[in-house]
Amino acid sequence: MSFLFDKDTWQEIYSSIRKNKMRTGITIIGVMWGIFLLVVLLGAAKGVENNFNKLFGNFATNSVFVWAQSTSKPFKGFQEGKGLTLKMTDLDNIKNEIEGLEFVVPRHQTQALAINNFKSGNFGIFGDYPELDKVQKKDLVYGRFINDNDIKEKKKVCVIEEEIYKQLFDKDVYPIGQYIKINNINYNVVGMYKQGQVGTGGPQGNIHIPFTTFQQVYNRGNTIGWMMITGKPEYDIKQIEADVKLLLRNLHKVHPQDERAFGSFNLGERIAQVTGFLTGMQFLTWFVGIATLIAGVFAIGNILLITVKERTKEIGIRRAIGAKPWEIKRQIILESVFLTSIAGALGIIFGGLVLMLIDATIGSGPEAALTNPTVDIPVIIIAAVTLVVLGTLIGLIPAQTAVSIRPIEALREE
Amino acid sequence: MIKIEKLHKSYPIGKDSLHVLKGLDLHIKEGEFVSIMGSSGSGKSTLLNIVGLLDNHDAGNYYLNGQLIENLDEKKAAILRNKFLGFVFQSFNLINYKSALENVALPLYYQGMGRKERQKIALQYLDKVGIADWANHLPSELSGGQKQRVAIARALVTKPKVVLADEPTGALDSTTSHSVMELLKEINREGMTVFVITHEEDIAEETDRIVRLKDGVIISDEKTLKKSKA
Repeated sequence: MSFLFDKDTWQEIYSSIRKNKMRTGITIIGVMWGIFLLVVLLGAAKGVENNFNKLFGNFATNSVFVWAQSTSKPFKGFQEGKGLTLKMTDLDNIKNEIEGLEFVVPRHQTQALAINNFKSGNFGIFGDYPELDKVQKKDLVYGRFINDNDIKEKKKVCVIEEEIYKQLFDKDVYPIGQYIKINNINYNVVGMYKQGQVGTGGPQGNIHIPFTTFQQVYNRGNTIGWMMITGKPEYDIKQIEADVKLLLRNLHKVHPQDERAFGSFNLGERIAQVTGFLTGMQFLTWFVGIATLIAGVFAIGNILLITVKERTKEIGIRRAIGAKPWEIKRQIILESVFLTSIAGALGIIFGGLVLMLIDATIGSGPEAALTNPTVDIPVIIIAAVTLVVLGTLIGLIPAQTAVSIRPIEALREE
Repeated sequence: MIKIEKLHKSYPIGKDSLHVLKGLDLHIKEGEFVSIMGSSGSGKSTLLNIVGLLDNHDAGNYYLNGQLIENLDEKKAAILRNKFLGFVFQSFNLINYKSALENVALPLYYQGMGRKERQKIALQYLDKVGIADWANHLPSELSGGQKQRVAIARALVTKPKVVLADEPTGALDSTTSHSVMELLKEINREGMTVFVITHEEDIAEETDRIVRLKDGVIISDEKTLKKSKA
């Protein structure tokens, strides 16, 4: 393989490429376009994927929300339409009976007017346990989330969303230690977090207070508004959802087939759908990209084949003065590989530039269409290697044509 | 140097075959200056192609430099061509995107010689044929006579045993033809075997020995008068 490092080999290739500027240009554009499309499509697909991840990133993906509604079937002497309420005891039963749970987080929810000095707003008020932070990650800017001590002592503290801070406080005020009045009770602000992409609460933002405080203030006894259940990754969240609802129907003396007694929203399932869509999109991207690439490589083969025809006489001369068939073949294959490599490199560079452009224009901020569109380096390497291999294979065709013509016939060509 | 015994060659034309060479016997010794004369269709080009290892023969024996030529594959033929033979063609057959110097150096490239060395040698040969000043010009910038000189330099650069010239003056006017023949003569005087194919009587007259070919057989083989005078 020493010829690869021989300056003369490349001199020969360079001069024959320079001689055929037109076909060199067209060939390079063909392959460049292929790998350019591959890179840009993969980057865009990654951008969409990142977008979804950002959207759902705050949530534990393997989770389901469950709440109580009213019965739709008469059972054990009760008429249909009996109102149902989740209780704290249900929580323990679920934890004991159902396998594969990670967290079961009870929540309460209402809406109320919150006041700070002369500013006020109507917000969603949530009664929460510290575990909520694990199920639905809170990106804290200041302070902390609700802790076990708050729960135990039913403290009058709250954690607010950044949006609420903007509405209730003056610009330069440090929110921690300030007080917000909700339903005539003053709550000490202990934390502030940035809102996620998917809100689950009030129209203008959420305020979180300790679950026990909520129960007491709003007189909810030992009931639960709704609960978030997270399954361990290896367990099927759909099965957990069904099991929990069946157990609840059992505990609340509801007809076992009464599907409407307890409502639920399976986040895990929704995310799985989106992920499936993303996988499909990635497959399509690869398919289109590789098909384009192959088309480009065939274009190289085609153009080299035409060039070989054009150069029949030259090849004849070379052979008359002592070029061995392998030396002719080698040169044409190397030309093919060289052209595909150059084109591939240019395609990758231009693709990268376009991705950088996308990133700079619509790739950042909360409203980004494509978040951080990138292509992994290994993917690029695989694409480049594939290109070189295809370049070699396609170069074999014109190379074989070049040496299959007898030198005497090649020389006779005018 | 070249010894041919009962050489036969025929080309298939459709279902029939055309018998071009019908049992040629020819012996060319080292240092001879021989021309093959014949009208078109006499088989002279076929003979040159076989002698030049560009084509293979059907029957008979061909010895080049004492070596029997048989069962040659393309690789072996290429090596032998590079080592023993230098070609000069009617249409020059220079590579048009390479300079005169690069054209002359190309056979040395296929011998695996380093770039600097082969350019040095190529320049020596361009000097020998009298156009060293044109070394960096492309063939398109050269006259017919200059192109043929480049081709002759290319044929000589590998120090072959035989120079094969196929109608070397066919595309040149009579003055240029004469100077090209003078160059070939000079090369011959230095000891090179030169083998010219032509259909022009006055070109053949400038060589030492004329072999006349007609319909695939040798009809005469004689020394020229000039040689006997000299």
